Amino acid sequence: MTEQNRQVEDLHLQNLTKKFGEHTAVDTLNLTIPAGSFFALLGASGCGKTTTLRMVAGLEDPTEGTISIGDRDITGTRAFERPVNTVFQSYALFPHLDIFENVAFGLRRRKVKDVKPQVERMLELVELGSMARRKPTQLSGGQQQRVAVARALINQPDVLLLDEPLGALDLKLRRQMQIELKRIQTEVGTTFVHVTHDQEEAMTMADTVAVMNSGRIEQLGHPADIYELPRTVFVANFLGQSNLFQGHKTGVSGEDYVVSAHAQNFAVPSARTFTDGDSIIVGVRPEKMTVLDASDAGGIPEHHNRVAGRVTDVSYMGVSTQYLVMTSWDQELTVFEQNVVVGDRSAVGDEVVIHWSPRHTFGLNGAAGTSVGVDPDVLELEAVNQALAADVVEG
Amino acid sequence: MAAVIPQAAATKPSSVAARKSRTGYLLLFPGIAWLGVFFAIPLVTLFATSLQTPIEGKTGKYQPGFAVGNYADAIAQYWPQFLRSFLYAGTATLLALAIAYPLAYFIAFRAGKWRSLMLVLVVAPSFASFLLRTYAWKTILADDGVITSTLNNLHLLPDGRILNTWIAVVAGLTYNFLPFMILPLYAALEKIDPRFIEAASDLYASPVTAFRKITWPLSLPGVVAGTLLTFIPAAGDYINASLLGSPKNRMIGNAIQNNFIEFRDYPMASALSFILMAIILVLVFTYIRRAGTEDLV
Repeated sequence: MTEQNRQVEDLHLQNLTKKFGEHTAVDTLNLTIPAGSFFALLGASGCGKTTTLRMVAGLEDPTEGTISIGDRDITGTRAFERPVNTVFQSYALFPHLDIFENVAFGLRRRKVKDVKPQVERMLELVELGSMARRKPTQLSGGQQQRVAVARALINQPDVLLLDEPLGALDLKLRRQMQIELKRIQTEVGTTFVHVTHDQEEAMTMADTVAVMNSGRIEQLGHPADIYELPRTVFVANFLGQSNLFQGHKTGVSGEDYVVSAHAQNFAVPSARTFTDGDSIIVGVRPEKMTVLDASDAGGIPEHHNRVAGRVTDVSYMGVSTQYLVMTSWDQELTVFEQNVVVGDRSAVGDEVVIHWSPRHTFGLNGAAGTSVGVDPDVLELEAVNQALAADVVEG
Repeated sequence: MAAVIPQAAATKPSSVAARKSRTGYLLLFPGIAWLGVFFAIPLVTLFATSLQTPIEGKTGKYQPGFAVGNYADAIAQYWPQFLRSFLYAGTATLLALAIAYPLAYFIAFRAGKWRSLMLVLVVAPSFASFLLRTYAWKTILADDGVITSTLNNLHLLPDGRILNTWIAVVAGLTYNFLPFMILPLYAALEKIDPRFIEAASDLYASPVTAFRKITWPLSLPGVVAGTLLTFIPAAGDYINASLLGSPKNRMIGNAIQNNFIEFRDYPMASALSFILMAIILVLVFTYIRRAGTEDLV
């Protein structure tokens, strides 16, 4: 253990591909994960994020491509030879060993002498000092989770892999552990690669997020950058929510494209448009929009984008209010408004105008369709709602 | 309605609990009755018989007594058979473990869709009678059989034969009790989450170390159950020794059988049975106690 001289190095994945028979789980992935960063691989189940993680851990052999840490190619080495440790989804704590021996396992395998002080220090770090002689089954879920982190971290890996580490915890505990894990990462400075399907978790914890879909990375960057400016429909829908309208480019006005959708013109900054084609999807995040009563529409700044509609639902959520507004072309838009002013909210049935600044508008490739990346359950629910609404109209 | 239901439920528990415990005893009754009639009573009778004394002038007739000396006679006369029984049964148990562990491991972790079929194949020989299968081993190990002649050509057999030697007896015991080793081992191995092995390899354990530190300790309950289920019946067995061995390879089961059926020395046979039981009990308790701690790891 040369703690002082230890230099953390970048993790490089080059053309990394994994095929299971005909199915390509990970498709020519090229990625550099900077040393010391907290990196999140975010995606729905089956997107290849866990397979990627398992290849880095050495538990799965890549079909093609290389994995290296700094200049060292570790592709051909086996799991137990890699300077990489994993926090498993179900923790996989050894049930016949106590907490102390679980944490000491890696050190003992590497014939480290006098493991006691190190194990005790690590148990202090995860605040489990008093639990050393308990068996894993005697611990709560959150405690087991921390043992799993301690068992991996004590080996001072070049990269720590976390496979949905908080998935088994309830919401409140998950929040606590998110902060806890971030604190530990800052304290030890190891590169953390965190696989999750929870976009909120990825955004709160990671300093870089890679959104994965069908074995490829859709977009990579700082959470705020990805959220504010999604480059694909998948990212716009998967990371948070978006209102998207299918349209086509009809002209240019200064810095903006003029996009016509549903017989209306929208201004989309050309710098925020990620397609060269004329078919453009206009997108905007729900909290960037403002709802105004139709009679007050005169006060909307001239250059703002606007859509008229009727309020179909108002949900008061404490911090904000969520409005659902039905447009003239039967699309339900979602608007979040912060509850800064008490009272004076629009009510169901009100005719309203929604408006937002072009600065908050983004343009996406129109060929993709607007529903990629939406949770399938949500789509199904929307279909049911629409069918119900149709029944009501007919009745 | 909502207010009525909790009240009704509140008055019930005592009577429900009473009925539940009565049901429990009723369910236990057939088992207890069976054990009483076919285990407890015979055991007492057997113990009484072991202390009987002979009636003068009448062979095969005995009267109640308190002849503790029967036990001393039994040990003095038959200690070689006792020793042999435990040696043969012990060797057969170790052999069975060595054969069964890899097989059970394969079925549990590698067999995939063939798993059920392989388990059926493990049990399949039991569909033929125990006696018949042991007779078959007479043919397999016969002096002019393939195995014996091959080994003889290689000059590997000191006595020039297998049948009627201790090797044949141990082989027969190993074969006959193998399923009792495989099944508990399989049950224990199958329960081991493969992620433990992955976690071990992630924590710098080579495959051999991962086996030694994770798989083996986690399979110990199966090892203990399998060795007991093999050792106990093998130690009391007499068919293998009488069909496959020579008179020099007789085990304690043969001695008990001879005393009961041929010499009609019932006190001696009963004393031998009791000593066998006592020794096995002591061995098993020592073994389980050791296996319960981490001494065996």
